[in-house]
Amino acid sequence: MHIPDGFLSTPVWVTLDAAAVPAVGYMVRRAQRGFDDAKVPLLGVMGAFVFAAQMINFPVGIGTTAHLLGGALLAYTLGPAAASVTMASILAIQALVFQDGGILALGPNMINMAVAGVLAGYLPFYLWGGGRWRRASIFAGGVLSALVSAVLALAELLISGVRMPLPILAVSLSLFLVAAVLEGAITVAVIGALEKIQPNFVREPRQGRPFALGALALAGLLLAAVGVLVAAAAPDGIQKLGIQTGIASRAQALFSTPFTGYQAAFLAAGWQRKTLGGLAGLALVYGACLIFGRAVARKRSA
Amino acid sequence: MKRPVIETRDLRFRYGDGAPALNGVNFRLDEGECVALLGPNGSGKTTFVLHLNGLLEGQGSVEVCGLSVERRNLPAIRRKIGLVFQDSESQLFMPTVLEDVAFGPINRGLGRPEALERAMAALKTVGMEGSAARAPYHLSAGEQKKVAIAGILATDPEILALDEPTTFLDPPGQRALAELLGALPQAKILVTHNIPFALALCRRAVFFQEGVIVADGPVDEVVARFGWDFATAAPQPRR
Amino acid sequence: MHHIVLDRWSRGASPLHRLDPRAKIVPLLALLAALATARHALPEFSAAVFAMLCAALLAARIPLFAALARAALVLPFAAVFAAVCWLSGDPARGLALALKSYLSALAVLTVVATTPLPVLLRGLELLRVPLFLLTVAQFLYRYLFVISEEAQHMRKAAAARGTPMRPLESLGARFRAAAGALAVLFARSYGRAQDVHRAMLARGFTGRLHPLFDLRFRPADAAFTALASLAPVAARLAIERIR
Repeated sequence: MHIPDGFLSTPVWVTLDAAAVPAVGYMVRRAQRGFDDAKVPLLGVMGAFVFAAQMINFPVGIGTTAHLLGGALLAYTLGPAAASVTMASILAIQALVFQDGGILALGPNMINMAVAGVLAGYLPFYLWGGGRWRRASIFAGGVLSALVSAVLALAELLISGVRMPLPILAVSLSLFLVAAVLEGAITVAVIGALEKIQPNFVREPRQGRPFALGALALAGLLLAAVGVLVAAAAPDGIQKLGIQTGIASRAQALFSTPFTGYQAAFLAAGWQRKTLGGLAGLALVYGACLIFGRAVARKRSA
Repeated sequence: MKRPVIETRDLRFRYGDGAPALNGVNFRLDEGECVALLGPNGSGKTTFVLHLNGLLEGQGSVEVCGLSVERRNLPAIRRKIGLVFQDSESQLFMPTVLEDVAFGPINRGLGRPEALERAMAALKTVGMEGSAARAPYHLSAGEQKKVAIAGILATDPEILALDEPTTFLDPPGQRALAELLGALPQAKILVTHNIPFALALCRRAVFFQEGVIVADGPVDEVVARFGWDFATAAPQPRR
Repeated sequence: MHHIVLDRWSRGASPLHRLDPRAKIVPLLALLAALATARHALPEFSAAVFAMLCAALLAARIPLFAALARAALVLPFAAVFAAVCWLSGDPARGLALALKSYLSALAVLTVVATTPLPVLLRGLELLRVPLFLLTVAQFLYRYLFVISEEAQHMRKAAAARGTPMRPLESLGARFRAAAGALAVLFARSYGRAQDVHRAMLARGFTGRLHPLFDLRFRPADAAFTALASLAPVAARLAIERIR
């Protein structure tokens, strides 16, 4: 989902734009590694492929069709960093040329779709793509990439105060789930067809990754995504947590200082606390994932 | 005695899957000469041409303008011999015509103003200077071919190698291309199935078969020997 | 196709077109920020912004109604959220969503319609966006239409080949056929990327990306940047003060 400008509240888009700079910058540096100078035309042309691929319709019954989003497919064929950069350039062109997605919202959209979505999609393949569970992991990756992107976008909108009564929220989430399952199905089908044309289009992850650890990482990721969503939908709980740990008030002080002259117009009572409370919750969950992820990586390399 | 600009000795090459592509090619091209590479599909013509600027590396020796084709000579060699590929769309990869033609000079290390100057001069040579600001996508096949040639001319080469240049061109386009190429002083290699085109531009042809050159002589003789003409009538007199 | 029209508009010759891209990017960001953070007197501020953008489009000799219609493509998405806000008893927010997203899209369109994409990318490069990312975007844009056309051809060819089958059977088969088509398009695109790389090598590419363009930031550009960045901010402060 491409978030347009004007939907996200200021703390949300400012924070995510700031977070996107190092995140995307890191992906760019990683993609450039290995000194393979063929990368530039390859990523550009494959970005154009994804655009064009979205024109090919997959029939899913009752007169509806779906189309590929592409994050997982790119990750399995180009690798996660290159896929991330390709998705980022797609988002940039979509925002600039087609006004699909905002400019201030580019940071959030890139985090959702080019970073989180691609990494989430790659995770199952990285863990289990080398063994008997290859097809299942590809399917799971497709589902995750679409689901995580959508859930994060939804959470950001909710934190920003966009209204979504429970029944509509439920409908949105079910639609996202359906779309995610379709993405998984399309990705698996296309990878299968690709392997018949030329097996080495698709990467070959190392075999034998520890199953338990992988399952744990995946569960952690899902929990994080769900947690963010719940926090966003119910900011009062997080606000309580925030006030109790003193985070929210400290964050409030941080935000209001540069804007003291502007405070009256910029920060409205209540709304501000909810937003900052939600953001604090997001930061907590993100930090937990980071620590968990590092621990897992350290264990594996040991 | 004209000096050779290309000399290959016993050039051999196998593709990654082991399929032999070149089985000992001995070839020589002199300054200003124009030779047609004829032969069935898959006989190694294009593969051979890709060895001339180091895009492929095989066994045996390849010398271009006296330089051995190896890694350290590649920048110089790629200025001396320009390749015009069959698909112009993939060859004109920059956003505008002018930037594309300037790509060679800029990658050679020239400053921007000088590179653009050379690019405009090359575009004038091919008659496309009016299209400098246009996007390659909007050009016709014939115009794209001319711009591709301009892109090669901008680096001041001694040899032009064109891979099936008349594909996608209509007869007037083919005539215009033949006129353009005929007026250029560089040595030329034309990989082609288009016999009238070859006859119009070249005195000499070599015939590839299964990775080796099996004939080397006047175009009409080679064509007659292998029955390499669509029309069974005698070929027209050449230039 | 969409971006062909934009491509044509961006190659115009008005004074706005001739401005340095940075002189348009910076005010754009200022305007977007001013819009995004606006809470009070939004309708009045929106009207002011709308007037400013229309004036810019007219000065740049861009077809006004076509531009306004193009920016309206964001409205269906915004309308859904606006409707939900309305029904949840917060009509003000719903209106804000629609107004802000439309005007933001119009602002971006104004800049992109007066700046050819390669020039815009060069402006971004000078504003410290990584060159690698911008060059990937440049290649994407170059081959966007080419590959889209290939996809169109494949779609038409597949439709021409369609044979009547039993309903359930046909769904699965058609799904697999679509996947096959995508795989072929992938392989072709990958092959084209390799051809492009080969062509780049043949013309001396050594892996080092060169700056995309020469740009000169003139005093006129600086003046425009300052004025255009301050205009929406000043308008907003004035309107909010009056209100």
